[in-house]
Amino acid sequence: MSSTSPGVAVPRSRRRRRWQGASVNVLYLPALALFVVFIVYPVIQGVSIALTNWNGYSPTRSFVGLENFARIFEDPNFRTALINTFIFGIGSTIIQQVLGLLFAVLLDQKLRGREVARAVMYLPVLVSPVVMGTMYYLVFRYHQGALNDLLAMFGGAPVSWLSNADVAVAVIVIINSLQFMGISMIIYLSGLQSIPQEIKEAASLDGASGARQFRSITVPQLMPAFASSVVLNLIGGLKLYDIIQVLTGGGPGYATNSVSTLIGRTYFGNQSAGYAAAQGIVLFLIIVVCTVLLNWWFDRTRARLEN
Amino acid sequence: MRKSTKALVATVIIVGCALQLIPFYLAVTTAFKEQSDLSSVWWFPFGEATGRNFAEAIESGGILRATLNSAVVTVVSTLLVCVLAALAAYPLARRRTPVNRGVEFLILAVMMVPPLSILVPLYSLLNTMGLLNTYAGLILPLTCMELPRAIFLYTQFLRSVPISLEEAARVDGANRLQTLRRIVFPLLKPVTVTVVILTGVYVWNEYALSSYIMTSMDMRTLAPAIATFFGANGSNANAAVAAALIGVVPMLIAYLFLQKYFVKGMLAGAEK
Repeated sequence: MSSTSPGVAVPRSRRRRRWQGASVNVLYLPALALFVVFIVYPVIQGVSIALTNWNGYSPTRSFVGLENFARIFEDPNFRTALINTFIFGIGSTIIQQVLGLLFAVLLDQKLRGREVARAVMYLPVLVSPVVMGTMYYLVFRYHQGALNDLLAMFGGAPVSWLSNADVAVAVIVIINSLQFMGISMIIYLSGLQSIPQEIKEAASLDGASGARQFRSITVPQLMPAFASSVVLNLIGGLKLYDIIQVLTGGGPGYATNSVSTLIGRTYFGNQSAGYAAAQGIVLFLIIVVCTVLLNWWFDRTRARLEN
Repeated sequence: MRKSTKALVATVIIVGCALQLIPFYLAVTTAFKEQSDLSSVWWFPFGEATGRNFAEAIESGGILRATLNSAVVTVVSTLLVCVLAALAAYPLARRRTPVNRGVEFLILAVMMVPPLSILVPLYSLLNTMGLLNTYAGLILPLTCMELPRAIFLYTQFLRSVPISLEEAARVDGANRLQTLRRIVFPLLKPVTVTVVILTGVYVWNEYALSSYIMTSMDMRTLAPAIATFFGANGSNANAAVAAALIGVVPMLIAYLFLQKYFVKGMLAGAEK
């Protein structure tokens, strides 16, 4: 560098110092600007709207303090939505772990056509939940529904899968679990494939049975896969919106709403933007608390397993 | 494996695959049937297959226009996410100052915001900016929803790349911009495949925000168009599933040809 003519070297080295310094941070400013405008500002604005009785379109609104948050505790429709949200989240997470792990273990075996089977199991993940909901409507509708047709064939009485609230909530959990089970499956598959072959061989030499190997080697080695799968499925289930909106629209009445679908309905259906904003803040807090708690718990468990 | 075990395993796998394929099968039998055909959904149409449901989905459902809108929104959002995330990841990976750690934390926090939780303020913001029912009005928020994960993936990847390459380039007299363009960005190709697939699938299928932001018939994207058509034609499920099938075909074709990348990409996005 010093051998080049000083007239060029000085500005170049200055420019270089500038690029090595904090100025390289300009590269994240575009992304940051987008976050600030479309996420951070709305989150803050959401808090201020939640403290008013705004109806969503009128130019005026008046400050009502924490009234909207107090309303959340008394509103039976919100309570239903909250309970459903946890049913969707926890129910889907359990079913997805069971099915995902089952098919990961099965499709880890050397079998003909396993690549095709993996592709088929994974296919619904890529399809819009709106499309899946529309298709599954053919399975669960009352008249001419595929399931009721089967029941009739065996002499059973038709069931109202979608207009009975308890049944409909279960149906939504099942559809969501089947659709996204493929994600858990590939997470577990990659976890299984990352277990070193030598460990298994050593265990076999020591005379460990298949079941013993699964319990003592496979399960602990799968902990990281389990952690990411559970976090992903639970958050996905707690945010559930599309399937519900398409299949039941939250009905009958308010019985199958999740908090997400209830927010849209409170805002546009009931013109209570202030109250809907408050519900949004509660949803955000639920997701944050669940994510942080789960990650903390998994980190602790992992640390304990390693000791 | 013993023979009986193998048979059991195969049976469970076949049942699982069948379960996953049933909705697609029923959609096909129904979409090609006249509405007046009351035979069971399990059977294909007895007479001739009809194309009327598809015609209706296209004419009164506006599904072709919606497919075009989805294509525009998906391509632009994906490009934006790749470029903005790759740029943002560089300083975060290479300069680990307290400020940049703070920025990284903010980005991870943004990842946790559920789209519906900011529906009210976001909708009123877009309304004030005059962005409802415009491409930009949907592209910018969806880009924001996908950016954090993309930045995270690029940052993690860059941290695994030794800095010596960049230093060598600098010794050779390249400035930071040249280093970025010639050395760093070409390295990012494998992660970019992942980011393209994650963003593409998300935006193409997105429903919750799209259905509130794009309400006019001309601007609607696929998922809201299918849902609206389905909602308005509850009695004519035949046309509704025809619309759904049209919407799912582009994704199926992409999956068929790029399957390996899809699975690898989605996996990289899922594991943190």
